[in-house]
Amino acid sequence: MNENIDKSFRFSTRLHLRVLTGLRASNIEELLELIKKVPGSSIYYHTHHFLQQHKYLSPEPPNDFAHWITRALNEDVLGEKIASIDTIKFATIRDLRNEIIRTIEGCIKENPRIKLRFASPDKVFHFIKSTSFILPTNYVARNLQDFLEILKKITPDAIYFHMFEARLRLDMETNDFSFWLGTSLFEVELAEKLASLDPYTYAMEDLRKRIIEIVEKRLKNAKN
Amino acid sequence: MQRINRYEQVVGKSKVDELKMLAGYLEGKVIQHINSTSTGGGVAEILSKIAPLMQELGVNTQWDVIKGTPDFFDVTKSIHNALHGKEAIITSEMWDVFNDVSSMNIREMNLYGDIMFIHDPQPIALIKRRSRMKNSKWIWRCHVDVSAPDKDVWGFLEKFVNKYDAAVFSSAHFAHKMKARQVLISPSIDPFSDKNRELTQKEIDVVLNKYKLDPQRKPLICQISRYDALKDPVGVIEAYKLVKKYVDCQLLLVGNRATDDPEGDKIYKQVLEAKGDDPDITALMVEDIPSEINAFQRVSDVIVQKSIREGFALTVSEALWKGKPVVASNVGGIPLQVKHKYSGMLCHTIEGAAFSIKQLLNAPEYARRLGENGREHIRQNFLLTRHIKEYMLLFLSLYSDKDVVTL
Repeated sequence: MNENIDKSFRFSTRLHLRVLTGLRASNIEELLELIKKVPGSSIYYHTHHFLQQHKYLSPEPPNDFAHWITRALNEDVLGEKIASIDTIKFATIRDLRNEIIRTIEGCIKENPRIKLRFASPDKVFHFIKSTSFILPTNYVARNLQDFLEILKKITPDAIYFHMFEARLRLDMETNDFSFWLGTSLFEVELAEKLASLDPYTYAMEDLRKRIIEIVEKRLKNAKN
Repeated sequence: MQRINRYEQVVGKSKVDELKMLAGYLEGKVIQHINSTSTGGGVAEILSKIAPLMQELGVNTQWDVIKGTPDFFDVTKSIHNALHGKEAIITSEMWDVFNDVSSMNIREMNLYGDIMFIHDPQPIALIKRRSRMKNSKWIWRCHVDVSAPDKDVWGFLEKFVNKYDAAVFSSAHFAHKMKARQVLISPSIDPFSDKNRELTQKEIDVVLNKYKLDPQRKPLICQISRYDALKDPVGVIEAYKLVKKYVDCQLLLVGNRATDDPEGDKIYKQVLEAKGDDPDITALMVEDIPSEINAFQRVSDVIVQKSIREGFALTVSEALWKGKPVVASNVGGIPLQVKHKYSGMLCHTIEGAAFSIKQLLNAPEYARRLGENGREHIRQNFLLTRHIKEYMLLFLSLYSDKDVVTL
């Protein structure tokens, strides 16, 4: 837990080790079958790692399935549909997996021709899963000013952990920061502002900047 | 100052703190790396950097080397080629040599690690000692491209691999269906090595004078790779010629001749023929001197890696780390490093390479932005610190079978 009795917030981080499953797909039906049976940590990896690996590059986080369907199978429409699945809407990986399955099955039904597309041997889809390690950092915030200073220096992985994974982990519709700000500092409005961000539409450093801006504004208003 | 602290200026204090914290969870464990040579080759190079840094972090890291005879290393060279998918005949006598030397090492080597980290096929049979080392964990690190190996040779090795707790590969393409857990860990570059550290203008000038190069004269396109058909140096010359029609530029090809590669001379000859009497093409056959490679990369305007096949292509990481715009083939580990139009340009053909080179030479601001993104991408994903972090996570993963581990 991030909270303790003195209501401080200890930042944690989550580090990943990529594990190869040895499972591979070279057409849409193989992909679909494997999406149904791989562990949740594999669905998690293929829908989230882009954000962490390219946090400085792209504000668009196409998931691996969308990317592969577009690039390896040349199925732009299905690729776009998978890319535009609103990941933040899904509180669990199970729900997200079901939505991906539903979308692919819908497209195959509408357009069975998709089944005829094959990826070239060098472009087969390799299923990877992620083993995650959650560890506490030495950074502890006791008030909003501390929180702001730490935000400026923690790793993107820590921001990622509290902003993205809290929802999946805690099965609730908010992130760790908002939860702490609202329940411990009673900064309800600020908590809501952070909760209303869609982190999936930011590059990680832009997300950090945006949170800092919001917190700085709140601190400035409090002084006035 | 501890050497590990130097990395704070590159990746930030929080990342180095993270390494120190992870190291704390490995207290009391001894990691014993074993490979076949203490000098020469990529494995020895990376171990010579990783082992002392991990030791400094507080992880008891040791490094030992197996003994071998010339016959044995001839066999392991053939095994290496066969894993790469090249034709290689390994006779039963050759397997006997492999087994005999392996048995000698199994008998005589001092093996003491809590975590045994075995690199490449040469020492793979040491796993037979496992039964005598209660509670030890064993990792096999494969540094070779095994995407399309000779089936018999892979079959022979797989029997050993399956006795390990984990096998580590550099690319998802190298994964196989097997019993051992397979982990993906990319290689890395060291920002403080001679190949990557900042150079003074004086150091650069020494190299330019030595090779009579003048990057100020015309925009400089460069490919650094050994003279090997799979690196397609002749294709680079053809791409340069297409660019040259529109942009007055010069081309620098730099390569060394691998002593174990009889093809090198043949390819270099082809390069010289393709060069003809063009004074704007320089094709150097040089010793692999890291600081010189560094200088060549730093004075280039566009760096090309037009390989037909690649393992990971650390030359691309090196170029991106220097903030250079890169045009590279969409093969092997290159697309992991170059995201098309974000951190460089990917190409499939000579014409495509030429088009991208031309675009970058004509749009220096765009080229600069790609280079900046590329450097950031390498900083986040392909530096030594990330490599050390993943090795420590790998060690920790050996003690849990869960997908989420709370430390």
